[in-house]
Amino acid sequence: MGKFHLGSLLAAGAILAVGFSTQANAEGKHGMYANGEIRSGYTYLTPQSKAIQNDDFQNPGMIWVDDGATLYEAVDGKAGKSCKACHGKAEVAMKGVATTYPKYDEDTKKIKNIEAQVNRCRTKHMQAKPWKYESGQLLAMTVFIRHQSRGMPMNVSVDGPAVPFFQKGEKFYKQRRGALDMACSNCHIDNAGKNARANLLSQGQTNGFPTYRLKWQKVGSTHRRFRGCNKQVRATPYKYASDEYMNLELYVAWRGRGLPVETPAVRN
Amino acid sequence: MIHKTLETRQVGRRELMAMFGAGVVAAMGVGMTPRDAMADAKSVTDAMMKVVGDNKPATGKIKLDLPQIAENGNTVPIAVEVDSPMSDADHVKALHLWADKNPRPEVASFRFSPASGKAKVSTRVRLSKTQNIVAVAEMSDGKFYMAKSEIKVTIGGCGG
Amino acid sequence: MAKTKARVKVPKSIKKGEVFQVKTLISHKMETGQRKNKKTGKKISRMIINKLVCQYNGKEVFASDWHPAISANPYMAFYVKADASGSLDFTWTDDEGKSVKKSAKITVAG
Repeated sequence: MGKFHLGSLLAAGAILAVGFSTQANAEGKHGMYANGEIRSGYTYLTPQSKAIQNDDFQNPGMIWVDDGATLYEAVDGKAGKSCKACHGKAEVAMKGVATTYPKYDEDTKKIKNIEAQVNRCRTKHMQAKPWKYESGQLLAMTVFIRHQSRGMPMNVSVDGPAVPFFQKGEKFYKQRRGALDMACSNCHIDNAGKNARANLLSQGQTNGFPTYRLKWQKVGSTHRRFRGCNKQVRATPYKYASDEYMNLELYVAWRGRGLPVETPAVRN
Repeated sequence: MIHKTLETRQVGRRELMAMFGAGVVAAMGVGMTPRDAMADAKSVTDAMMKVVGDNKPATGKIKLDLPQIAENGNTVPIAVEVDSPMSDADHVKALHLWADKNPRPEVASFRFSPASGKAKVSTRVRLSKTQNIVAVAEMSDGKFYMAKSEIKVTIGGCGG
Repeated sequence: MAKTKARVKVPKSIKKGEVFQVKTLISHKMETGQRKNKKTGKKISRMIINKLVCQYNGKEVFASDWHPAISANPYMAFYVKADASGSLDFTWTDDEGKSVKKSAKITVAG
């Protein structure tokens, strides 16, 4: 009886496995770069651009990883500390961290992203000056930290105290704005996979950010990308590190749940 | 003697211009005036004349590997390979790349030696619009080869 | 990104006579001299890396001249024939004549 039971369990497992593999095959051409219908920006790239991301020695974003590694071990501020002095080896301490950011912050009762946490550490624990948003240093450190989670699935928390912020982020995403009267969702939900003139619209996922963007010819943050999108619909962009963009970053990170961290990705 | 040299050079120029004929026609098709196109072709021709001198490059030997359509003109991956045994007696000395509709046509020049083992280079280039990539290889026996390939460049990248 | 950083990749160990690929990447804006400052309208002057030279145990094996059409953060891959153990020395030179150097060890077996 016990044996029979085990057998039927195995059979059920096999059926489940078949079910999953069918689904996986439907999306299978995107491999690890998709989670069901959720698709990384990687899947929208041309083969040539994918090749740049695939090879760490072709990917210019790796320069920022190298820079971040140097900064992680550099002593700065009045406390005479480096990141490493408190956290230890980044490969261990920072592994998986990026998958949970942005997150609710008890101290400020707001959402914080990795950039905000880095500057918190600098001012509070290192007694150093905060880095300017979108500066080479803050980008390099953010890229370096996120890079330690490369390949791990995005898994931000949107429960508990994060709920109202998540809701604000979602509202922002679906709110029409600017002279073109367009919401984020008009491009990235309603028309993802279609062309807007010569541009192939993606789902607007952030799992590869900060990303090396061919258009920028350098690495840039999610907030820079948000500003670009807002300007594109002729709306006034919000400031870097604004509450609006922190909430939006949380919502967009949730949209990309299960996608692997790709930082530093390569995008058009 | 001097007169003859000049004449040879002019013939060389005319022949090179003829090679760019197809590019000129293509440019007219996308709204360029023939005059602009001629000016562009001439500037690549000038750059090429400096390299090939009186020689007439033959076609073949060069493999240009580039996308048909560039995802973004800022960063276009390109690979060029010249077929050669790369021996002391028979090797590629130099390879030159031009883009005929960029503000300036020069892209890069490469010097090889038998110690290179293989005359192949991969890099990434900026292309301001749809245009031709032209490659000329200079061989150790003094011969020249050329190849040309068109690449479409769309103005890409949504947002700022 | 105050300091220019270079990355090179060569195989760790290689047989004599074998042809191997060398990959290089360097951080640089490659300012073309064609762009204008959006606020002042003034042209931003050209500032690029215009040369990459690779020496193998002191002898040039590959050299290249770059123009503004080479993309920002230049990537270049080329080939070298393995001869003897030693070093590959890379030198990038910019418009002001300043250079960045990087070396990689090569171990040739057999």
